Amino acid sequence: MTQAQTQSANAGPGLADYNFAYLDEQTKRMIRRAILKAVAIPGYQVPFGSREMPVPYGWGTGGIQITASLIGPNDVFKCIDQGADDTTNAVSIRRFFAKVGGVSTTEHTGDASIIQSRHRIPEKPLVEGQILVFQVPQPEPLRNLEARETETRAMHAYEEYGLQYVKLYENISNFGRIAATAGYPVMVDDRYVMSPSPIPKFDNPKLHNSPALHLFGAGREKRIYAVPPFTKVESLGFEDYPFEVQSWDEVCGLCGAKHSYMDEVVLDDDNNRMFVCSDSDYCAERRAQGHVGPHAGHELSEIADDVSNETQEVMA
Amino acid sequence: MTALATEERPLNLVPDAPIMRATNVTKKYGLITGCKDVSFDLFPGEVLGIVGESGSGKSTLLNCISGHLNPTSGTVEFATKKRGLTDMFGLSEADRRRVQREELGFVHQNPRDGLRMRVSAGANVAEPLMNLGNRHYGNMREDTITWLNRVELDIARIDDNPRNFSGGMQQRIQIARNLVHGPRLVFMDEPTGGLDVSVQARLLDLLRHLVRRSQLAVIVVTHDLAVARLLADRLMVMKNGYVVETGLTDQVLDDPQHAYTQLLVSAVLQI
Repeated sequence: MTQAQTQSANAGPGLADYNFAYLDEQTKRMIRRAILKAVAIPGYQVPFGSREMPVPYGWGTGGIQITASLIGPNDVFKCIDQGADDTTNAVSIRRFFAKVGGVSTTEHTGDASIIQSRHRIPEKPLVEGQILVFQVPQPEPLRNLEARETETRAMHAYEEYGLQYVKLYENISNFGRIAATAGYPVMVDDRYVMSPSPIPKFDNPKLHNSPALHLFGAGREKRIYAVPPFTKVESLGFEDYPFEVQSWDEVCGLCGAKHSYMDEVVLDDDNNRMFVCSDSDYCAERRAQGHVGPHAGHELSEIADDVSNETQEVMA
Repeated sequence: MTALATEERPLNLVPDAPIMRATNVTKKYGLITGCKDVSFDLFPGEVLGIVGESGSGKSTLLNCISGHLNPTSGTVEFATKKRGLTDMFGLSEADRRRVQREELGFVHQNPRDGLRMRVSAGANVAEPLMNLGNRHYGNMREDTITWLNRVELDIARIDDNPRNFSGGMQQRIQIARNLVHGPRLVFMDEPTGGLDVSVQARLLDLLRHLVRRSQLAVIVVTHDLAVARLLADRLMVMKNGYVVETGLTDQVLDDPQHAYTQLLVSAVLQI
């Protein structure tokens, strides 16, 4: 890291303020303009000049660029990967912004003003003023079925969305139900069909009329799109096979939650397994409130607690 | 069996109003002429054959009149349900695409061009219904099965990928896909090209049957005079981009007037 960047990281006076949080100001202006356009046309994919980031494409460059152009010294930043705050990618992106912007970071959904995520929307309902930034690998929901960009653009322009249903049709004919789970297409504001990044369809209903701002950044594909607060977001489905979310018979092994999104953890070779909340902050918060699950006190919960304490220390 | 869109369609068109009218359609690729000054009227339920050797401008003409290729000069009018006889290229792109999607069909010579090779045969046939806004899986499935029956495909293979079907079967899937939504005019570019003779004969039989029962207008491009004789009511003979002769099929084939048509007819192999 050069001297100038170190200075900017400390957010000191003078020139150091000029390049706050990694990106140069001209790039941020360009990205903010794209964000404004995306917010003005919910669900529409706005092209932007994606920059080289210090991580490879596919590691969240789109999300990092959006965060970098929005974040300010007073923001509190949270980053999750697969729902957890303590996975490698989440930890390194959080550290990145702590270093280049000197912003404070948190693991608590309620405390964060900007949350960057790939696979999940936090279980705790977002509130007005919060921004959720998604890292999107493939912004085009029609891409698997139609390879031509000119054609998919025309389809969006003229609202020709019959093709999107072909995918769901195939699902039903193969599995007897709509088996697609991640990146389940949604109709935003009755106009644009949008891919909500690879979040599980469990999280799709959370987008509907959410008070928070949802921004989607695809670095490699150079697209930004948005779901502004209080926007109608409807998951697609057939009349006789409507959209439905996943549910689990089990409760969270650590905190006993019934209605959160669960990860299955294999415990040994004897077919023992437990289900735990994929949202680590939600699970920890429930445990702190005294909720207990059937596997409470399992060594995994201690590991999880240790890691989060450790990360807090590093951040501090 | 459910009633299909093609059968439900009320035939309230005035019989002598053309469904398509081409006027002096000319397409030039730079200095090269694709087709020149082609004019014709096509009426509902009529099958028009366009014959000629390769390079005679058949496919260029077909692309122009199907709304895919803007002609250099001349007009192509199609009688849409809403507007009546309308200039295809005067429509906005959105409206033209809607007309193409809802009221026209296009059977490509190579089924790979007309099918989505990565989705199942059933989904390929159902896609035009979804494009029309049908959102009921059960109904679409029924219509798909009806049509796969009509084109004599094995229903057990409805969820197979098109690439697992033979060339003739793929062509039949493509035909089902282009008829399922009840179009009023279907374009066919060499629908039996590349198929062996017995498959070709059955496919032609099938096509003739489907066309007759649904009162569909068809424009079929072919270099095969036997296909033209079986399917077409009227023929247009093209050479070097010009229409050199036009008339009823038997009239053109049995009593060709133009030297080129005479050559073409006499060139057919006799067994």
